[in-house]
Amino acid sequence: MEYIFEILRYDPPQDKSPYFQEFLYSTEESKSVLEALMNIRNEQDCTLSFRYSCREAICGSCGMVINGKFDLACRTMVESLESDRIIIEPMPNLKIQKDLVVDMEPFWEALHKIEPFLHPQKEILERGHRIEEEEMEKILQYINCILCGCCYSVCPVVSRDERYLGPAALAKLYRLVKDPRDKRPFSNWSRVNTEGGAWGCDTIFKCNEVCPKDVRPADGIEALRRKLVVEKIKRILRLNK
Amino acid sequence: MIEHDILVVGGGLAGLAAALNSDPKLNVAVVSKVHPLRSHSVAAQGGINAALGNNPEGKDDSWERHALDTIKGSDYLADQKVAELMCQKAIPAIYELEYFGVPFSRFPGGVIAQRPFGGAGFPRTCYAADRTGLVILHTLFEQSVRKQVKFYNEWLVTKLVVREGKCAGVVIYDLTTGQIMPVRARAVIFATGGYGRVYLKTTNAYINHGSGIGIAYQAGVPLKDMEFVQFHPTSLYDKNILITEGARGEGGYLVNNKSKRFMEDYAPSTMELAPRDIVARAIQTEIDKGNGFENEYVQLDLRHLGEAKIKKRLPGIREICINFAGLDPIESPIPIQPAQHYSMGGIDVNLKCASIIQGFFAAGECACVSIHGANRLGGNSLLDTVVFGKIAGEEASIYVRGSGDTGLEEKILLDEALELKKRIEGWEKKDSALKIHLLLNRLKEVMSDNVGLFREKKNLEEALDKIHELKEQYHRVHLSGQCLRFSQELVNILEFESMLDLAEVIALGALNREETRGSHYRLDFKERNDKEWLKHTIVTQKDGQPLISYQEVDASKYKPKAREY
Ligand SMILES: Cc1cc2nc3c(=O)[nH]c(=O)nc-3n(C[C@H](O)[C@H](O)[C@H](O)COP(=O)(O)OP(=O)(O)OC[C@H]3O[C@@H](n4cnc5c(N)ncnc54)[C@H](O)[C@@H]3O)c2cc1C
Repeated sequence: MEYIFEILRYDPPQDKSPYFQEFLYSTEESKSVLEALMNIRNEQDCTLSFRYSCREAICGSCGMVINGKFDLACRTMVESLESDRIIIEPMPNLKIQKDLVVDMEPFWEALHKIEPFLHPQKEILERGHRIEEEEMEKILQYINCILCGCCYSVCPVVSRDERYLGPAALAKLYRLVKDPRDKRPFSNWSRVNTEGGAWGCDTIFKCNEVCPKDVRPADGIEALRRKLVVEKIKRILRLNK
Repeated sequence: MIEHDILVVGGGLAGLAAALNSDPKLNVAVVSKVHPLRSHSVAAQGGINAALGNNPEGKDDSWERHALDTIKGSDYLADQKVAELMCQKAIPAIYELEYFGVPFSRFPGGVIAQRPFGGAGFPRTCYAADRTGLVILHTLFEQSVRKQVKFYNEWLVTKLVVREGKCAGVVIYDLTTGQIMPVRARAVIFATGGYGRVYLKTTNAYINHGSGIGIAYQAGVPLKDMEFVQFHPTSLYDKNILITEGARGEGGYLVNNKSKRFMEDYAPSTMELAPRDIVARAIQTEIDKGNGFENEYVQLDLRHLGEAKIKKRLPGIREICINFAGLDPIESPIPIQPAQHYSMGGIDVNLKCASIIQGFFAAGECACVSIHGANRLGGNSLLDTVVFGKIAGEEASIYVRGSGDTGLEEKILLDEALELKKRIEGWEKKDSALKIHLLLNRLKEVMSDNVGLFREKKNLEEALDKIHELKEQYHRVHLSGQCLRFSQELVNILEFESMLDLAEVIALGALNREETRGSHYRLDFKERNDKEWLKHTIVTQKDGQPLISYQEVDASKYKPKAREY
């Protein structure tokens, strides 16, 4: 099969603005978009830049926009796109560093803000916490998150409101506060009780749609909202007593 | 000039464990060629071993039994005290990970679940479904956020600078800016992972070029037992993505084209759960005998486990099969074939992860303390990374606190960086059409064809000849230049030098070792020979040439026995 790859190129500051470059790619075998990109780089233009590592959809390096769809290049098979013209763009909402490589810093910063680590009780338990699997069931889907950034870059709120933490960080926060081992105080996680936090979400669920690992970050955000409201009410009732 | 007390190179499990356990009063940083979460550790699936005795069938387990299994699995090439140390430390290490937040799978009653794994006398592999690496790496990364560890991501280390037997720092290529720079450090810990991509078929990430091992070697640090290369029995046919041993641990069968569970001919008592070297050779033998499918693969059948178990315990495997092979293991068997998987050998270090160079340490897959010997047991490598990563961090801290300033003039480091810049300019000027990816592919073919599962003198010699030819060609390699920011071409050129050295050391060690032991199988020397070969291979670079010597194995406690499964 023959394909035309239209790849967005940009090398700031030399390039004034991004542009598309066409490459011809032919293969008889079933290849992933990542394999195709590597082949194009090796055979046609060694300066083409993109990130990759595991090639098995677990490291989260190769998120990009492929024919308009947000996905990992390694798990997207070229033939599955059912088109001989394939348009490849870097993830939006993040600054392009070079070609398909984007600056993930704002994404990591948002993650840091939620204190993305378990706050366990102080004393170490000699044989670990005891938790039944059912208690973890609610958070299992969030554990699948590989922090690839697809949800962040598709999110319309992220694109218009720079305060917004984005789906991945908020879902992570929910995963942590819902963990039976987490003892972080309300004062800690209620910091997301803001427009830049849990209330920023537009509930149009683009993040759920694009997640390559079938995580539904918006579920986590909604659950966070409910938890925030419930905690608030509890507090008011306690005060009134 | 950037300067640190301790510089950890590598953001995988071993690197993060090292950074987290370094003295917080010291100035520590981690350098990694990819963001830490993109490290290969993230792909580990099946689990991590510790004799917790949580499985009802593992009640009588103990760290001593774990150590004995490790030693037997290693075909007695492991240093026994080291194996014991790791297995003893395994238990608190797992509980610490749990405390940090790792969401391990659980048994009723809430204790950490444990599954059987190959070569283990008891079910002792702790796991989080089949994404154990993902959850442990993310958890240690979270801890490094908590402790505000300093990271330099997308920096490739290209050289270890040593003066008068002391480590002085490194030279790096910063992918984000295209700059070459020295970094001064009083201690350097390499946690740079394995070299799987020296082979054509490997379960390893694309980025696993093993350059750290090569860089240490070029700086005069000896490499140990490099000829021991693990081939995993079950990688997905063609793509070679790993299908975890946990799939067999949960009860999966291996079948040939006659619908026979052929392991009964090779390891009748342990069947599919014999150690990896034995299962991998059995599979390849079946394929070579014509009992495979399309002469390429056999099948791993999980169907009898049922939908519920597959979805609960092996969801990642199911996802991989659907994504990359277009099949659902609930409904069809998985086509699998052996592929390179793990490097037992590595940078020669002692129990403290220290090398012969003062201030230079190594841990994780790039190092060889000598736990895995001639064959690693599944679930022991993640353990190795957390246990020895921690030791490396602690020992490097002790070293730094006890040593004065390096007293080294900055100029020496700057000169090293300058030299690299000149080399890069040299590559840019070459007008030959010799491109790095061609050389890379050639090397992989040579290694896969000649230094694979089955080895013999003729092939190993041929491999060495071809590696030498490639070394010649490497001098003529061409770099497109133009832009050095995010240049994967430059990364490949820089790392290829190391890959050539590694390939040479592996092939040479394999040629010299005229016996069969663990993963090293010689068609022309089919027996293990303890009298002559119960010893570690040590290779040191002298004037660009590999110099081979041997070192005693610590076999003080358990006398080597025939390995029967
Ligand atoms: C698919 C797969 C599944 C596995 N499953 C299991 C399992 O279930 N249980 C088990 O015990 N073991 C398993 N293993 C083995 C285990 O995962 C690895 O041995 C282990 O994770 C290696 O960790 P590490 O920290 O040593 O290296 P890595 O995780 O590979 O990290 C290496 C780091 O070094 C950096 N680096 C490398 N070179 C340079 C350089 N020159 N400059 C700068 N940075 C550099 C990289 O960026 C990376 O951050 C598996 C292996 C594979 C391939």
